[in-house]
Amino acid sequence: MTLNRRRLELAMPWIVIVGLLIVWQLVVDIFQIRQFILPSPVAIYEAFLQYREPIMSNAMFTLVSTLIGFGIGIVVGVLLGAVIGSSRLAYVGLYPLLIGINSVPKAAVVPILVLWMGIGQPPAITTAFMLSFFPIAVNVATGLATVEPELEDVLRSLGASRLDILRKVGLPRTMPYFFASLKVSITLAFVGSVISETIASNDGIGYLMLQAASQFRVPLMFAGVFVIASMGIATYVIFALLERRLTGWATRRQDMNFGGG
Amino acid sequence: MNAFVELDKVSLRYGEQQGTLAIEHVDLGIEAGQFAAVVGPSGCGKSSLMKLVTGLLPPTSGAVRVAGKPVNGPLKIVGMAFQNPTLLPWRNTLSNTMLPLEIVQPHRSRLRQHREEYVTLAKKLLAAVGLNGFEEKQPWMLSGGMQQRASLCRSLIHNPALLMLDEPFAALDAFTREELWSVLQDLWLERKFTCTLVTHDLREAAYLADVIFVMSARPGKIVATHRVDLPRPRTIEMTYEPKFIEILHTIRGQIAQARSDGRVSESAAAEAGNP
Repeated sequence: MTLNRRRLELAMPWIVIVGLLIVWQLVVDIFQIRQFILPSPVAIYEAFLQYREPIMSNAMFTLVSTLIGFGIGIVVGVLLGAVIGSSRLAYVGLYPLLIGINSVPKAAVVPILVLWMGIGQPPAITTAFMLSFFPIAVNVATGLATVEPELEDVLRSLGASRLDILRKVGLPRTMPYFFASLKVSITLAFVGSVISETIASNDGIGYLMLQAASQFRVPLMFAGVFVIASMGIATYVIFALLERRLTGWATRRQDMNFGGG
Repeated sequence: MNAFVELDKVSLRYGEQQGTLAIEHVDLGIEAGQFAAVVGPSGCGKSSLMKLVTGLLPPTSGAVRVAGKPVNGPLKIVGMAFQNPTLLPWRNTLSNTMLPLEIVQPHRSRLRQHREEYVTLAKKLLAAVGLNGFEEKQPWMLSGGMQQRASLCRSLIHNPALLMLDEPFAALDAFTREELWSVLQDLWLERKFTCTLVTHDLREAAYLADVIFVMSARPGKIVATHRVDLPRPRTIEMTYEPKFIEILHTIRGQIAQARSDGRVSESAAAEAGNP
């Protein structure tokens, strides 16, 4: 790959985003679309500047709820995945229950959570957790359950215990699956906390957007959406970088391959 | 009989009473330091036999003894290599080779203190199979033949008393395969471990083994035992001599007979012959 092409690849996401914003601005200007239907990017930016303080404080609130819920989701997801992935009985017993929990629309659960925990941060954390643990559990379980039986034979015939096999093979092999699930889960965790905030909270981006909507401050709503999206992308990038550092072996670079068949 | 590996009327059935009978009344003995090969048509339970000997599967009936002791669970002294090299992709070649040292005693407790000594040992073994200079390479950077050499090193690094090879060269091209036969023979001549090779390649069996067990189609039975009295070290040239070819012919005939007895479908043919 030439240097220019590599630079282009790095720039591509920015080109697409900036291009989209320009088209958006042009469409709004040319067709004279009114602000409470679709505000222009410039108007959204102005709204962001004007309400910077409340937007940022509410965004931080949402970020904290999301990360706490996500953290619990990682712990529970990994433990559940480890149990399901290493025991056939646990798999058979728990899988239908997990599918059931995962298929309940979380918006329908928030009122129940509010009944138990009151409004604000606790239901937001719980919703973020409920949305994020499932992909982690499923991926960790898959990684553990797909260890090659021959490799297991090699280790067992050396006298390896189950724990040895888990430490030497199971866990390292599961890392790529684990990181793939983190990238999915962190965005789901944001969805969870914002849903909960729009239903029952006096803080957070979800609450801010609901307030803005009731007052027809559409540019402010869009500013909220943008802030949420940026936080989602930022956390995703962090996990993608971690993934590349820790499980680089899983992405083989063909151009470094040598030796024939 | 005072063999190192002893199977006494061993049968193996997968599943409950209605399950398929994989192996039926197998008696065999492999002496300490002997190189044995098991050949037979595909699906005759060769791999099951390996699992029985290593204690990974318990026999349905009969007894398995290794080194005079009954086998009641996975043995702890075995080296294994399969058709698939099964190297760990997150470890380099050296670290892959040293994996058994992290599990088998006494190496396990000594490894941290005596790392240098073990690294030297592993590098020597890798050099013996022609992998010097590849210690730091990741498995995916190696060719299939090189991966199989590394897998062979991994199975021998802890000096196992028993080496079990399940079609280790089946996925390689003919030249690489012959090269690895000679590598394996050299290692065996040097270390004299007891070795069991499962294969469907008759030339491979006759080149490497002291004794060849011919198995019938499912349910697997031992239908013939051959001693190969060719001098060592054997050369590829020897595999074209009349005496060698005569051995191949006899075994081939027996396998053909075993296949027709076993009523194997026509479509499964062509596997027992030479590649």
